[in-house]
Amino acid sequence: MTHETHPDIQAPVKTDIIGFLARFAPLIFLIVLMAAFAIGEPRFLTPLNLFNILRQVSIYGLLAVGMTFVILTAGIDLSIGSLVAFAGLVAAAVSKGGLSNRFNVGAGQEAASYGWYLAALAAIGVGLIGGFLQGFAITRLKVPPFVVTLGGMSAFRGAALLFAAGGPISGFEPNFVWLGQGRILGQVPVPVVIFLAFAVLAHIVLRYTRYGRQVYAVGGNPEAARLSGLNVGVVTTSVYVIMGFFAGLGAFVLAARLNSAEAVAGTGYELTVIASVVIGGTSLFGGVGTIFGTVIGTILIGVLLNGLVLMNVSSYIQQIIIGIIIVLAVAFDTFAKSRQRIA
Amino acid sequence: MAEPLLRMTLIGKRFPGVQALDDVDLEVLPGEVHALLGENGAGKSTLLKILSGAQQPDSGTIEFGGQRVTMASPHDAQRRGIVTIYQEFTLAPNMTIAENVFIGREPGLGVFVDWQKMAEETRAITTKLGLQLRPMSIVRNLNVAEQQMVEIARALSMKSRLIVMDEPTSALSSNEVAKLFRIIRDLKAQGLSIIFVTHRLEEVMQICDRYTVLRDGQLVGSGSIADTSIDDIIRLMVGRQVNALFAHRERTPAGDVALSVEGLSRRGNTQDQNATVLADVGFEVRRGEILGIAGLVGAGRTEMARAVFGADPFDSGRVIVDGREVHIRSPQDAIRHGIGLVPEDRKQQALFLALTVRTNLSMASHQQITRWGVFIDEAAERAMVEEYRKALNIRMASPEQLIASLSGGNQQKVTLARWLALRPKVLIVDEPTRGIDVGAKVEVHNLLYDMARTGIAVIAISSELPEVLAISDRIVTMREGRVTGDIKSEDANEEILMSMMTLSAKAA
Repeated sequence: MTHETHPDIQAPVKTDIIGFLARFAPLIFLIVLMAAFAIGEPRFLTPLNLFNILRQVSIYGLLAVGMTFVILTAGIDLSIGSLVAFAGLVAAAVSKGGLSNRFNVGAGQEAASYGWYLAALAAIGVGLIGGFLQGFAITRLKVPPFVVTLGGMSAFRGAALLFAAGGPISGFEPNFVWLGQGRILGQVPVPVVIFLAFAVLAHIVLRYTRYGRQVYAVGGNPEAARLSGLNVGVVTTSVYVIMGFFAGLGAFVLAARLNSAEAVAGTGYELTVIASVVIGGTSLFGGVGTIFGTVIGTILIGVLLNGLVLMNVSSYIQQIIIGIIIVLAVAFDTFAKSRQRIA
Repeated sequence: MAEPLLRMTLIGKRFPGVQALDDVDLEVLPGEVHALLGENGAGKSTLLKILSGAQQPDSGTIEFGGQRVTMASPHDAQRRGIVTIYQEFTLAPNMTIAENVFIGREPGLGVFVDWQKMAEETRAITTKLGLQLRPMSIVRNLNVAEQQMVEIARALSMKSRLIVMDEPTSALSSNEVAKLFRIIRDLKAQGLSIIFVTHRLEEVMQICDRYTVLRDGQLVGSGSIADTSIDDIIRLMVGRQVNALFAHRERTPAGDVALSVEGLSRRGNTQDQNATVLADVGFEVRRGEILGIAGLVGAGRTEMARAVFGADPFDSGRVIVDGREVHIRSPQDAIRHGIGLVPEDRKQQALFLALTVRTNLSMASHQQITRWGVFIDEAAERAMVEEYRKALNIRMASPEQLIASLSGGNQQKVTLARWLALRPKVLIVDEPTRGIDVGAKVEVHNLLYDMARTGIAVIAISSELPEVLAISDRIVTMREGRVTGDIKSEDANEEILMSMMTLSAKAA
């Protein structure tokens, strides 16, 4: 039986147009959207505005990078907004020189700071622990991710409220604040650099490492992954730990940007972040998705919101538009997949 | 000849890049069992999807009951009396038999369901089928054969005139197949027509009246079963002569004992805490030997394999590899000790359908292709894929192709390659040729021989007795979780095996 004439071989799906569109849809949509806004509103396409958009999305972006790992395993994390608030408060308190000094104000008190790096470590530490606890509950106690992180959403928010004891923690040392508000090379906001650097790192991990391969495998078919000798429990737990890392990092950058941390910070972030990941083409059923897509999805939401603001569209209507776009993104994804399956 | 019940004429269907069907005809007479045959990818499923209204043809006509019809949707086809029973059942597992039989058509007044009537009518149908099933049993608790009977009961309750059965016997044991055939003969006697799709040609000879063979989307032959033979049909299907389909190979003498299992026991499954799953199972397999495991469905063959591989826990028993007892609590442990498992359900348990051939093939052997403990060395990975593509004759356009786009036989070869790359001492293959076409079956058999020749101890589980007999050096039979016999395959034949599989006492 010769190679060439065998009927079972089909051309790789890549060549078909719908498959191509499905792959690059977010990017194409982003370009179209930017072109439309650029025509409608001259202020849109200025370097200042574009960097503003990137700065606005950089915290969502960091969280979305972590969320990509979680959704790749067909999981979900609803707790990130609350975890961001809690981790941000802990970072803020460390920066202010400890729990008892946390509400002190004034330049003299800033000298008592433990330094921004300890604050960052504290925020990331809180994130890692929070993520691990949730991952443990999901893999060992066998509670579905939706339920565990819904519980986490409430519990971390409660912890944040308890920790804040009513007021925001504000006024950090200049180095800390620079990480949220500063610019590199006079133009590029520091949070944008942090976001893109970690996005590149995450891309490398998912694309080129053994661990990344395992994430896709566990998400695509957990039983086959187990029977191939992968440790499904460890991989599943790890993605929540990674999510926790990014929640801690995001919390730190958010506190630095606002020069303040408060218990209601991060409310509703989970929705925007999950939307960014899904719009970027990552399948909620697991096993399919890229960091590149997530970055595009994040920027897409940022551009959309920014453009709507510039065009004076009410924030209520913005929410409606975002909601519709999420549903359409998933619908398109499902449609493209069903087309591929037939072909 | 009677006027056909179904006449599909010059059906054509094109998918991007493939002519799936090219002017295909299919005629089914009233009250006949019609075999629709062909290798995977021949166009059978496309033709059936068109018949059942799931897809629309690009060209051609369908006449049903003497009338020209268009099957607009599956519902439309059902309404006309054409019911398809798919390989994957479409039952709601948590509902009762009666609810499943009447799903969407529950008898009753308005929104209220008349449970009593539903139960009675279900009982009437199941009795007609010669089944002893309680209409109020939950479907989840039925075995595969019983679930299939529920599907048939549902088809009958719809007053269907044509039932399409897609691989109805692939998950059934020989006993259950016999029962299904009795039911099919009853249905036939009542004037129903049946389209029967299967890879098991012996069954075609047993139960079918006429046949239609497709190859590469074209009609290559049809006629009466009485005027043909298995060899003729195979020749039509593959377009070449496959003589000695299940040829015995040259036996190489077996080496030392590679794996022995002693007293393997397990009680309790998801439905029943006290069910005996495995009871004192023991056997050994030597290097270079192919040990066949035969048994009816529910005999505990797969459960035994999964326990040895660490995929399921067991209560007691010893697993000894190369003379040393090993403790296996997970597949990782088993792999570390050189045991591999090719599971019975390729799609559910082995393949990552969204990933490429390359990533699927290397999935169990990342250790060999990792640099600095972290990064996948893609050059080494590609070399590995190329090595096994050649060795196993895996037919693919590119290693970057999605595994889902390969045929079943080539998917199975990739799964085998995944384990060969680990150089196992013992490889357990569970139903290695299920759902793959005749030509690929022979290739998989040859691969198993090659593995044995290189010193691997192969344990092959198969429901097809001719296959077990042909490929094994030695055969262990199981029944209800126990080993009932151990026989050299040259001393065995189908009748001997069948009696060992159905005996309760230890025969050997």
